[in-house]
Amino acid sequence: MEHILTPKVEEVKLLDRYTAKKPAIGTLYLTATHLIFVETSCNTRKETWMLHHLIATVEKLPLTAMGCPLHISCKNFHVAHFVISSERDCQNVHQSLVRLSQPGKVEELYAFLYNPKQDEDERRNGWGFIDSAMDFKRMGLPNEFWEMTDLNKNYELCSTYHSELGIPKTASKGTVFGSAKFRSRGRIPTLSYYHKESNAAICRCSQPLSGLSARCVEDEEMLQAISRANPKSTFMYVVDTRPKLNAMANRAAGKGYENEDNYSNICFQFVGIENIHVMRNSLQKLLEVCAMKSPTMSDYLTGLENSGWLRHIKAVMDAGVFLAKAVAEDKASVLVHCSDGWDRTAQVCSLASILLDPFYRTIKGLMVLIEKEWISMGHKFTQRCGHVDGDPKEVSPVFTQFIECLWNLMEQYPCGFEYNEKYLLEIHNHVYSCQFGNFIGNCQREREEILYERTFSVWPFLWENRHQYRNPLHKCSLGREVLRPSTLPLNFKFWCGMYNHFDKGMQPKQSILEHLVFGKYSDRLTYSTVCYVTALLTVFTYVLLCYVMFTQYFEIAAKGASTASSYTLGTPVFVEFFPLFSADPLKLCQVGWGASLHNYFQVSLEMFNQVQVRALAGPLKDIQRLVPKPLLHCLGTMLGFIRPEYLVSHVLRFL
Amino acid sequence: MEFAELIKTPRVDGVVLRRPFLPTVEGTLCLTGHHLILSSRQDNTEELWLLHANIDAIEKRFVGSLGTIIVKCKDLRVIQLDIPGMEECLNIASSIEVLSTLDSVSLMYPLFYRPMFQVIEDGWKSFLPEDAFKDLESMTEEWRLSDVNKDYSVCSSYPPLVAVPKDVDDDTLRKAAAFRHGGRFPVLSYYHKKNGMVMMRSGQPLTGTNGRRCKEDEKLINATLRAGKRGYIIDTRTVSVAQQAKARGGGFESEANYPQWRRIHKAIERSSILQESLIKLVEACNDQSHSMDRWLSKLEASNWQTHVKEILTSACLAAQCIDREGASVLVHGTEGTDSTLQVTSLAQIILDPACRTIQGFQALVEREWLQAGHPFQQRCSQSAYSNSKPRCEAPVFLLFLDCVWQILRQFPCSFQFSQHFLVLLFEHTYASQFGTFMGNSASERSKLNLSQKTVSLWSWVNRPQEVERLSNPLYEANCLVIWPSVAPQSLLLWEGVFLRWKRSSRCLDEAYDEMVHIIQYNKELQNKVNNLRRQLAQLETEEAGEKED
Repeated sequence: MEHILTPKVEEVKLLDRYTAKKPAIGTLYLTATHLIFVETSCNTRKETWMLHHLIATVEKLPLTAMGCPLHISCKNFHVAHFVISSERDCQNVHQSLVRLSQPGKVEELYAFLYNPKQDEDERRNGWGFIDSAMDFKRMGLPNEFWEMTDLNKNYELCSTYHSELGIPKTASKGTVFGSAKFRSRGRIPTLSYYHKESNAAICRCSQPLSGLSARCVEDEEMLQAISRANPKSTFMYVVDTRPKLNAMANRAAGKGYENEDNYSNICFQFVGIENIHVMRNSLQKLLEVCAMKSPTMSDYLTGLENSGWLRHIKAVMDAGVFLAKAVAEDKASVLVHCSDGWDRTAQVCSLASILLDPFYRTIKGLMVLIEKEWISMGHKFTQRCGHVDGDPKEVSPVFTQFIECLWNLMEQYPCGFEYNEKYLLEIHNHVYSCQFGNFIGNCQREREEILYERTFSVWPFLWENRHQYRNPLHKCSLGREVLRPSTLPLNFKFWCGMYNHFDKGMQPKQSILEHLVFGKYSDRLTYSTVCYVTALLTVFTYVLLCYVMFTQYFEIAAKGASTASSYTLGTPVFVEFFPLFSADPLKLCQVGWGASLHNYFQVSLEMFNQVQVRALAGPLKDIQRLVPKPLLHCLGTMLGFIRPEYLVSHVLRFL
Repeated sequence: MEFAELIKTPRVDGVVLRRPFLPTVEGTLCLTGHHLILSSRQDNTEELWLLHANIDAIEKRFVGSLGTIIVKCKDLRVIQLDIPGMEECLNIASSIEVLSTLDSVSLMYPLFYRPMFQVIEDGWKSFLPEDAFKDLESMTEEWRLSDVNKDYSVCSSYPPLVAVPKDVDDDTLRKAAAFRHGGRFPVLSYYHKKNGMVMMRSGQPLTGTNGRRCKEDEKLINATLRAGKRGYIIDTRTVSVAQQAKARGGGFESEANYPQWRRIHKAIERSSILQESLIKLVEACNDQSHSMDRWLSKLEASNWQTHVKEILTSACLAAQCIDREGASVLVHGTEGTDSTLQVTSLAQIILDPACRTIQGFQALVEREWLQAGHPFQQRCSQSAYSNSKPRCEAPVFLLFLDCVWQILRQFPCSFQFSQHFLVLLFEHTYASQFGTFMGNSASERSKLNLSQKTVSLWSWVNRPQEVERLSNPLYEANCLVIWPSVAPQSLLLWEGVFLRWKRSSRCLDEAYDEMVHIIQYNKELQNKVNNLRRQLAQLETEEAGEKED
């Protein structure tokens, strides 16, 4: 708080970035976490919120007749041009924001203040929500070729890797440690993705310390072991994602790339993705294009070309496609590296995984992928995103590029992904916002030290809101299909939804997505409530039906003098309907659940309606009295799986 | 019948057809007077029926005795035919060349085509000016329908009936016509119901270098202004182009003679430049190199997107003058048959919800393009691949459709039709079995007696099954004015036309089908929900009643 020199400035103008429309006038507030602009010139109270940590640059321009201009641009590409009447106020706001947007220490980030009213247990469990180790189990590990090792459990082998690594079974401890010495920062070749169908694997590492002529027997053995783990293939690819020239330059510094003569049966390949500095400058140029005031089409297209941004996006995509093709078609394993193996390598490996495995095209799958390839493998989020005051040369939009490649894929495969554009934007936003602890820190070890103890994880939060991120067109039926996107240049588009996200005027004015999800019901809540009540009514109806059958059973049973099996009735019902009750109501109504209920009980529609009407006619608490305990118990269990917020608002009111 | 003389080899067996993203087909190739047909003669016959009129250019290649003909179509598709035998191949190629460039109107396919469907409503009679005027009459009494041009003598490119201000007599019209390029005197294009403002269009005034004036012309357009109100003249050319036109007898309205009008110049290019732009764009799209820089620079150099932006901006300006400023507008360029029509028709799409329906859009095309004298036959006789020197060809109408698509993309729920309709119109302007787009003006069409001798495209489009196919499942009537964004970021390349043959449509088609499916399902669900709500309400009242008892 000591950094806020002026907490409130009145009569501030917010200019429209592109047109000469009348500026909005309002009050600017500085809080500990946000800058808030409240419009007073219009009747509706319009607010603009900007999180301090999202601010990339604050610029105070020379005084004009209108006042003192203050330009703020954020890491999520939100740009605001304010004009403050007093230069002194402007100076104060500027100074405060510069300090607030660039905290000196990680501990000052928003994540350490953020408290979403969860208790400590929930917070702790939240961190366990996504477990990248589970993903290796999903791929079928350990198996006869690969195993998970804890050789790195104290981060002795490699300080920037996760503690659990997948390595070939045949690689001995000596090989692993020897190879680590020969790889930049000890980032040994380790498993990224295992393709069950072909036995081929994608592995990742950093560049070898080969220099001009050095070689390392253990490293050669390590590659040999990876190659052997895919017995059907006679060779493996080694992909260096850097341009050849850059890789050669590294040789002079004692680093470099694999010499094909020293490694048996490798096929070496450069794919030419530029380094972080080129990418940073390219984005800068792209943003300049976005900021142009009424550009001509020619200015825009020339600017787009000169920024080189789409060329880089295509290069990353090309590399991902190369990897996926090698694994799926050539059935050969691939080892990928760049310099340190935490930027380009992460982009390329995660893209290839998405192309190969439909799991990563689901909402949860993408979380797992980001956790596995980016967070646990040491992508330096703190530095790349510029979370704290540091070397500006370490900042680079590496993750943004990955997300953009993904968006381009979604454009080509509108039915292929469970998530929508909003999900990508939300993840991207959280990577930079520092509201959650996941994307703070440069590697697992740093995170373990403080973040798990004091901050929240973003994944449960996103999962809670998953209904917003669903792609209504998603088709699971695409099965295990490997995506083979076209990478012709004309398939890459400028992502207006990302870079001009906050310029609503440029976006399509009507959204197909929203139309599809909510139909005519603009009021989403009404719609889902109605669906929910319908669902609930059906459940009650069936409880009643059960009851009717039950009493008949009791009557028969009374004659037979046995009631022992009464409790078992709940079980099959429960198993059958479990998926229904764990899904959200909107989805529930879309999967034809009604039909399956009818089928299960073999009840005619007339009978169902009759019972339902009867159920509605009588107050529901009477039912409670009438229905025997075992059934209530069964109902209770079912309701336990319905999402809590609905339970509170609807179910409790009924019971 | 002279077709037979032109077809040297009517049939070749063992021809292989290759198309991008489709399996190759081997079959028999037949040439008829109007079609190139390939049939595999198997149970699941894969056939190609291609109108010769659709062929823009062909290329021949030979490897040994195997000849290859690459057929480039006006709808931008490129297909390859492998023909065994050099002589057959040469014969076929020369026949196609001749048949696809026949100039004689009397040999055109629409005159030979007999519909295989039942014509429910004759499209030639669907959109008569008299009917359109009846709608206008219900809104205002300030206009009348003049038959001054009934024998096409006043203006050869106008229809016999045009709407003009009530207070202006035919004599004044004749004099004004003499003062306008091509006799295109100012006529009503659109009446904005909301505020009674109008949009008119015309040819350029023939002021010449010495600043000729015409009192009748001034009177005619001033008659559309309310007392004390100013109007806007939108000249689709830049100031310098308009100045240059003076030397050739044309010009623009001077402030001195038209004090109640404010003139605004826009920069829509002339048609020859547009054709060049199309050729470059298509060339860029066909570039198979993997260089992003090359693609972007070619796309930029084609200037196509610049034209789209410029036309849309001008249309927005016209719409803005009418709706926001509450002023009447006169639009013209040079002839008033190209850029003028782009602006007036797009402004109507923006302003008038009726133009966004299937019927309304047809009426718009009929009124603002066909009746208004856009020379379709000249403009669409060649497309992007043709090697022959362009004469009057220009993708003026295609650019209009592109702009409509841009608006449709930005307002996906406000149009009753989908992009399929726009693509269909694009195809039929270049090659068609229907007579709708034949000829260059109403007078030519009536001379050819097309309404008797050919079938109208609208007869086909307005059948229920076709309407269904062209409908936009997302449509919800939107009675508002829709303002599109013209920022470069908001304008995309029209994939449906330019990238249509460049990639597999499987995934996009699948997405479309899924979308339709979801919308149908949503509708069913809504009905169910409404029913249940009703039931619930009923039960509640019943219960309340019981309690009272």
